[in-house]
Amino acid sequence: MDPRRAPRTVSDPKVRHVGFFAPGAPPDRSHSVPTDPLTSSPPVSGISPASNSLSPVMIPPPRPLSTDLSRQFAHSPPVSPLRVAGAADSPFPVGSYNQSEFLSPTTTTEYSEDPLSPSWGRKGSSGNFTSSLLAGEIEMALEEQNSVFNLPRDGGANVEIQELRAVSGKQMKEKPTKAERRAIQEAQRAAKAAAKGQGSKTSAAATVVNPVNVNIKKPVKAVSQKKDNSSVAVSEKRVSDRQPDKDRKKEIPHPRMQFDDANRVEKAKKRSVVKQIEARNRVELFRHLPQYEYGSRLPDLESKFFQLDPVHPAVYKVGLRYLAGDISGGNARCIAMLQAFQESIKDYSTPQEKSLIRDLTTKINGYVSYLIECRPLSISMGNAIRFLKTRIAQLSLNLSESEAKANLISCIDSFITEKIILADKVIVKHAVTKIRDGDVLLTHGSSSAVEMILSHAHELGKMFRVVIVDSRPKLEGQKLLRRLVGKGVHCTYTHINAVSYIMHEVTKVLLGASSVLSNGTVYSRVGTACVAMVAHQFRVPVLICCEAYKFHERVQLDSICSNELGDPDAISKVSGRNEINALDGWANTENLQLLNLTYDATPSDYVSMIITDYGMIPPTSVPVIVREYRRENLWI
Amino acid sequence: MDFQVVVLAGGFSKTLVPLVSKEVPKVLLPVANRPVLSYVLELLEQNDLRKLVKVVEGESAALLISSWISSTFVDRLQVEVTAVPEDVGTAGALRAIDHRLTAKDILVLSGDLVSEIPPGAVAAAHRRHDAAVTAMLCSVPVSGPSESGSSGAKDKTKKAGRYNIVGLDPTKQFLLHIAAGAEMDKDIRVQKSILRAAGQMEIRADLMDAHMYAFKRSVLQEVLNQKENFQSLRRDVLPYLVRTQLRSELFLNGAQSDENGSGMDAVQNSKVLLSQLLANASTPSFHEMYALDSAESAPISRKTHKCCVYIANKSKYCARLNSIQAFSDINRDIVGDASHISGYNFSNHNNIIHPSAVLGSKTTVGPHCMVGEGSQMGDKCSVKKSVIGRHCRIGSNVKIVNSVVMNHVSIGDGCSIQGSIICSNVQLQERAVLKDCQVGASFVVTAGSEYKGESLAKKEKQ
Repeated sequence: MDPRRAPRTVSDPKVRHVGFFAPGAPPDRSHSVPTDPLTSSPPVSGISPASNSLSPVMIPPPRPLSTDLSRQFAHSPPVSPLRVAGAADSPFPVGSYNQSEFLSPTTTTEYSEDPLSPSWGRKGSSGNFTSSLLAGEIEMALEEQNSVFNLPRDGGANVEIQELRAVSGKQMKEKPTKAERRAIQEAQRAAKAAAKGQGSKTSAAATVVNPVNVNIKKPVKAVSQKKDNSSVAVSEKRVSDRQPDKDRKKEIPHPRMQFDDANRVEKAKKRSVVKQIEARNRVELFRHLPQYEYGSRLPDLESKFFQLDPVHPAVYKVGLRYLAGDISGGNARCIAMLQAFQESIKDYSTPQEKSLIRDLTTKINGYVSYLIECRPLSISMGNAIRFLKTRIAQLSLNLSESEAKANLISCIDSFITEKIILADKVIVKHAVTKIRDGDVLLTHGSSSAVEMILSHAHELGKMFRVVIVDSRPKLEGQKLLRRLVGKGVHCTYTHINAVSYIMHEVTKVLLGASSVLSNGTVYSRVGTACVAMVAHQFRVPVLICCEAYKFHERVQLDSICSNELGDPDAISKVSGRNEINALDGWANTENLQLLNLTYDATPSDYVSMIITDYGMIPPTSVPVIVREYRRENLWI
Repeated sequence: MDFQVVVLAGGFSKTLVPLVSKEVPKVLLPVANRPVLSYVLELLEQNDLRKLVKVVEGESAALLISSWISSTFVDRLQVEVTAVPEDVGTAGALRAIDHRLTAKDILVLSGDLVSEIPPGAVAAAHRRHDAAVTAMLCSVPVSGPSESGSSGAKDKTKKAGRYNIVGLDPTKQFLLHIAAGAEMDKDIRVQKSILRAAGQMEIRADLMDAHMYAFKRSVLQEVLNQKENFQSLRRDVLPYLVRTQLRSELFLNGAQSDENGSGMDAVQNSKVLLSQLLANASTPSFHEMYALDSAESAPISRKTHKCCVYIANKSKYCARLNSIQAFSDINRDIVGDASHISGYNFSNHNNIIHPSAVLGSKTTVGPHCMVGEGSQMGDKCSVKKSVIGRHCRIGSNVKIVNSVVMNHVSIGDGCSIQGSIICSNVQLQERAVLKDCQVGASFVVTAGSEYKGESLAKKEKQ
C-alpha cells in the first residue's frame, strides 16, 4: 500500500531494525546471508578484527543452505577480493534463496495490510529469535569495531562455516597480489562515494578499518544504496535518527557496556565521576552488569559536591537522588531528568568559537554519563535523551542562542506533557472502559499509570476491589496501598508468595512496565513476570499499562542480558528486625553471592493486552508502534 | 553550584581569655604552628570554594585577619573580609551582610573549625532534600585526660557544645529536636506533632554541632528579618527552624514554592498531575506525609520545611576550638592522631622538628611533637606530646609534657611544664613549675614559682 514501505517489507519479518546497527544493514542482511560466507572468507579464516564487524553474517546458515553453500564452493574456488568487488557491482546474485524461505508473498501482504494480525505476530516472533541473536552480535561488533578483538563469542557461530571451508582456508590467507590491492583500493573509493551519495549518515560506518573490511561491506553498501534510492524517505528518516546515536557511542560509555570486559571497565573508570568499588562477591551469571559496593558511593559523591564543575547543580541533584533511591519509577526518573536538563539549558551559554549544537550535545552527553554512573538509565530515559539530542541536532543554525534555548525548553515541556502526562490520561481513559462493577483487580508493585487508572475508576463510582501484590525489598506497594486506601478504595494487600492463592478471586491483572520491547516482551519491576505467569495459568487477562515513549526496538528473551542489580544488602537485611542477621558479614564469605535483580522480562505469551496512548494493542503490535512513533517523533 | 560560603570568625572570645588578646584574635590562635583559620580555609580550597565572605567581629581583629589572609592566601582564595560590631552574635553578623548574600544556598562555617569533613557532603545532603537548613553533627571528640583539672568556671559554653540533645528521625536524615546543653533543664520537651508525624525519634547526646550549616538563603533572610532578637545561629535560629518545621507559616513567599520540587507552581491541571507523579514516585519524608494527611482533612495543605542533618563519619576528624581544653586537645590531635590534616610531613620518629631548630646534647623530642622554626633547646631537655612554636629559647633540663608553647617564649633552665598552654613572648624564669596552667601573652613567671591549674595573665587583662 505504501510504496516507501514495500522494499523493507520484503525482508522484514526476519530483520526488524533491532538494537544498534549501521543504518543500511538490516534490509540487506537477508540478501547477503548466502553471499557472505563467500565474500567474508578472509576474516573467517584469518581471524582478523574485521570479522567482528561482520558478525551479522556469521550466523550458521540453516541446514539446506549449508548444502547449497558447499555446492557453490565446489564450483567456485577460492574467492579473491576482486570477485567481491564484482559482486558488489552486480547486486546479490544469490539473494533469491532467502526470499523464498522467509518471505512468502502472504507474509508480505499480511504485514503491510494488517500489521496487527496474530498470524503475522507469530511469524514475527519466530523471526525475532534469530534477529535478536543478530542484534546482540551486531551491537557487540559495532562497539568493538575499531579496537577490541574479543573473538570467542563469534567463535561458536563461525565453526560451521570454518569447517566448510577448511579446504580452501590456506589459500585465503595469502597476501593479496598487486592487482588485488588495487582492486581493494578502488573498492574503498567506491564505498566512500556510495556513502557520500547516501548522505552523511554512513560516513561513520564507512570509515574503513582495513581493506578486508571494505570488501565485505561493499556488497552491503551497494545493496543498501539501491534500497535507499527506492525509498529515500525511509533512509532519510534513519539518517537523522542515527546520527545522535553515533555521537553517543563515541563519547560516553555505552548504556549496555559489558562489565566483564576488564579493558573497557578500566577505561570507563578513568572517566567516571562517581568512585565505584566493585563488589567482591559478584554474581557469576551477571558479571556483564555493573555490580558495585553500594555503601561507599553516596558519601563519595556527596563529598565531591563542589568539585564537579562540569555537572550542572540541577543534574547533580537528580543524580544524587537516583543514587540515594529517592526517585524511582520510569516516569518520575524521566521527568526529573528532563527538568534538570531544562534547568541546565536555561543556564547554558555557548562558549566562544563553539557552536551551540555541538557544545550542547557534548554537555548533555557529559550529564548523561554522569547519570548513568549514578544509576543505569531506564529505557524511558534513553528514549527521552535520544529525543532531546535529535532536537538539538535539528536546530537550525540561524537561530540565536536565546531562541534556540527557548525552543529546546519548550520541546522538553511538550515532550513531558504529550508523551507522559497526556499519554497517561489517554491510558486511563482506555483502561477505565475495561473495569466493570464487581471486578477484582490485581496489581504488582507501584505503577503510576495503574494508580491513576484505579483512582479514576474509583472517582467514576465503579465498584471494584484492588489486590496489591508486593515484594521485598522495596515494598513499593505499601505506598500505593496507603494512597489508595486514603481515597477509599477497597484494597487487599499481600506479598508475592501468596499470589497463586489470591489469583483465584482476581478478574483482571493490571501491571505497569518499565519498557515494552519490540517482540512484545514486557520489561518491568522484578516479580511482574511471576504475577503474569500465574495469571495466565488461571486464565486471568493481563493488561499492561505503558506509555508509548517507553517502547523500545530492542528484543530481549531473558532477564539476564540486560538488567540492573540492586544493593545486595537490601535483601540480606530486614528493616526493623535486627535479630534476623544470619547473613551479617556475607561479603566475607567466598562462596555466597546475593542477587538482587531489579527488572525481569515477561514473555509476550503471558500478556493479553498492552494499553498505550495509541490504544489497546496486542503485544505483537509493539513493533508497529515503535516504527510509527519514531517517525512521528522525528518528523515533527 | 550556586553556593555562597560565609566564614564566621568571631573576634575575641571570652572563653579563651588568657590565650586570646587584642593582638591575637581567636581564629589566629596557632594550632600546630598555623592559625586555626588556615585549616578551614584550606578545607574550602580543597573543595574548590575559592570565593568567600568572611565576617569578623571588631575592626581591629578584622584588620589583623585580612592582613594575614592576604599574605598567606593571596593567589589562592578570594576573600572579602567584613567587620561587624562586637557582640552582635552569629545571627547578627549574617544580618549585617544580608545584602551580600545572593546565591540560592548559603554555607555558614565557623572559623574555628578543624575538620576534614568535606563541606560538599553537607551541601549535597542539603540539596538532595531541598532542605531549609542542614546542620552538620559530628561525634564528640575524645577530650584529654586532664579535663577535670582545667578551670571549671569557663567551661559553660564548652558543655553547651558538647552535651547537645539531638532528636533524629529513624532514617537519621532529619532533625526533629535540638537543644543545647546549657538551656537544658532536667526534662526535655518534644513537640507532639513532630513526634507523631515522624513516628519515631532517636535521641542522641553524643553528637556535637560542628557549626557548619547550609541554609536556604530565602529562609535565612526571612528568619533574620522577622526575628530581630535572634542572636545566635546555633541557639536561636536553628532550634526555631526545627521547632516550626511542620507549621512554617513564615515562608509563604518564594521559599515554599521551590521547596516541594519545581513542579509546584501549579496552575494548569497537567502541572498538578506532574508534581503528583513526581511526589508519588519519590520516597516521601515524613514532612510530605504530614502535609498530605492534612491536605485531605483541611482545604489548605500545611506548609512544611525540612531540617536535615548530616552526621559525619566517626573516622573523620572534626573539632571546634571553642574552649581552652579544646585548644590543647586539637593541638594534641593534629600532631598526633589526626596528623594527616596538618599537612606536614612527619619524620620517622613521628614528630616534626624544623631543620633550623637547634637541639642540645641528650635532648629528646618524643613522638607526636613539633618544634618550630629557629627554636633552640639546651641540653638534657625532654619534650613529649607537645608543640613548641617558632624562635623559642629553652634552657637545659626542661621538661615539657602535653603542652603548647607558642612563639618567642623563653624558658629558663630546670623548668617543668605539664598540660599547660604558654602564649607568645612569655618568659619563664629558672625552675618554674607549671601544671595545667594557661599563661597569657608576655607574662613573666618568676623564678622558682609553682602554679597548678591557674590562669596567669598580665594584670591589665584580668
